[in-house]
Amino acid sequence: MITKAKNENAENTAKGHRRTKNPLKKMSWQLHLIIVLPLIFLIVFTYVPMFGLRLAFVEKLDYQKGIWGSKFCGFDWFKYMFTAMPEFYKVFRNTLIIATSKLVLGFPVPIIVSLLLNELRRTKVKKLLQTIYFMPYFLSWVILGSIIKTIFQQGGMFDGFLSWFGYRGDHIWLQSDFSFVMIVIFTDIWKGFGYGAIIYLAALTGIDPTLYEAAEMDGANRFQQTIHVTLPSMMAIIILNLILNLGSVINANFDQIYVLYNPLVYDWGDIIDTYVYRITLEGTSAANYPIGTAIGLFKSVISLILICTSNLIVKKTSDYQIL
Amino acid sequence: MKKKTSAGYIVFSVFNYIFLTLLALLCLLPMIHVLAISFSAKEFVEANRVTFIPLRFTLDSYGYVFSNSAFWSALKVSVIKTVLGTLLTTFFTILLAYPLSRKNTMFPGRAIYMAVLVVAMLFSGGLVPTYLLIANTLHLKDTIWALIFPCSIQVFLVIMMMNFMRQLPQEMEEAAYIDGAEHFNILIQIVIPCSSPVIVTVMMFSFISQWNSWFDGLIYSSQPQYYPLQTYLQEFLKEPTFSGIEGGFQNVSNNSLAAANIFIILLPIILLYPWVQKYFIKGIVLGSVKG
Repeated sequence: MITKAKNENAENTAKGHRRTKNPLKKMSWQLHLIIVLPLIFLIVFTYVPMFGLRLAFVEKLDYQKGIWGSKFCGFDWFKYMFTAMPEFYKVFRNTLIIATSKLVLGFPVPIIVSLLLNELRRTKVKKLLQTIYFMPYFLSWVILGSIIKTIFQQGGMFDGFLSWFGYRGDHIWLQSDFSFVMIVIFTDIWKGFGYGAIIYLAALTGIDPTLYEAAEMDGANRFQQTIHVTLPSMMAIIILNLILNLGSVINANFDQIYVLYNPLVYDWGDIIDTYVYRITLEGTSAANYPIGTAIGLFKSVISLILICTSNLIVKKTSDYQIL
Repeated sequence: MKKKTSAGYIVFSVFNYIFLTLLALLCLLPMIHVLAISFSAKEFVEANRVTFIPLRFTLDSYGYVFSNSAFWSALKVSVIKTVLGTLLTTFFTILLAYPLSRKNTMFPGRAIYMAVLVVAMLFSGGLVPTYLLIANTLHLKDTIWALIFPCSIQVFLVIMMMNFMRQLPQEMEEAAYIDGAEHFNILIQIVIPCSSPVIVTVMMFSFISQWNSWFDGLIYSSQPQYYPLQTYLQEFLKEPTFSGIEGGFQNVSNNSLAAANIFIILLPIILLYPWVQKYFIKGIVLGSVKG
């Protein structure tokens, strides 16, 4: 009797297993059904424009025949871009300079801030400061741009601040190349460092406290603990972040430049995206659509190569995988 | 054991507090300055005498903003697009994240869907082809949908939610399968209620990005009446007379007017800031540590 019951039990569980496994596979059509609607949106609004990139290879957009019916001209626009377009070199150079400076100067800031915040004993103060630093991150560049313009206008708060140190000049900061680029770099760091500090603070809280205890036993002071315990523990996330940010050296932030710049600083402040926008949609000059698309495509390809390379490096050097 | 505090460490602490406080002021003071300008009388603003306290307090600039019909139509566009956009993004993110959080064995074809998503994140058609699709092919220009549909799917939000759903305990779902539940029931009755923290995070991210976006409003509107608030502000800053108030501003300087606009636009973010901040941190930690 008992053995029979056991057998029945075993049979039931076996059946049960079959029952749980089969319906799952049979039900996978429901998953396809769930995913189909957003997938259509993704394809329409992301993939269809990719096919529209043929616009970079046509002589002129023919509105009647559409992008694919317009006359094909090969790589003519790219040749034109590299040989007969000094503007292109200029905006390409500016993009690299601005984006690289943002990366080099801005990268250490959140690390230092998070280390300093970590030294605070009072968690309430720490939370409050963290909240304040995070604030500019949530504001759009339109808002921040107009705040920045107000501060740096002639006789504005920045001039007032400098007058404490005896400055009496009438320099218009946003209208000369060097100060414009500096303002762009430092306001970008200003907007983003709170966000970065939170990532590093999260990594800091994950450090094993017994490491600090051991270091203290060995007679290490706070500074030595930071150098020999905290920094090595953060190294993985620091390097990871650095590599991931390498992909952005072709991206100088359209929004920021667009709200701040003016024709007087085009020489060093104009970047690829603002230039493309200006020659195509801003004046709605359809004649420039192909060359604008070609420049945009060139930028997208470089950015793709950079991101894929940096991901490959991450994959090779750590077990962390982003994609 | 009592912690030893050396003299050097005390000096460091003092400097640390001073430095971090200055940094906090650097984040706060610009906004306080602009707030003070918005409440100050014209002559003080134009003489650049306002710092962090309003001089001869006045609400005139706010009065001008509120009396402007362009402001109200922009506010309407902004509210509609933020509400609809947030709901649509959240809905789509759930619909994408749930199937993708299933194992490969349960969901044949998952790898293909994943690849479609990742390529969409890494590569794009660029400005002009996207514009031509929305304006000329789909004829969405001057409609609210041009501001909602193109940004309705954010791949990094999908990946964030997918990672969260993967970590939910499998036992509940397995039990539900045995009881004969189908994917729709499991999604609605188990996965969505358990995923509420990440759903709120996604809503916050899309709320902020919808409320803050302005460039789409600029290129997909042929008339200022279709502008959302941020675009309206941007155009106002470029050309203060565009907003339709004729004859210049008698009692209010342009700076005050811009400042008043800034603060009205900032208000929803400031009011929601404690929650926004909390859920953003959750999202960042979720996205960065778990990958």
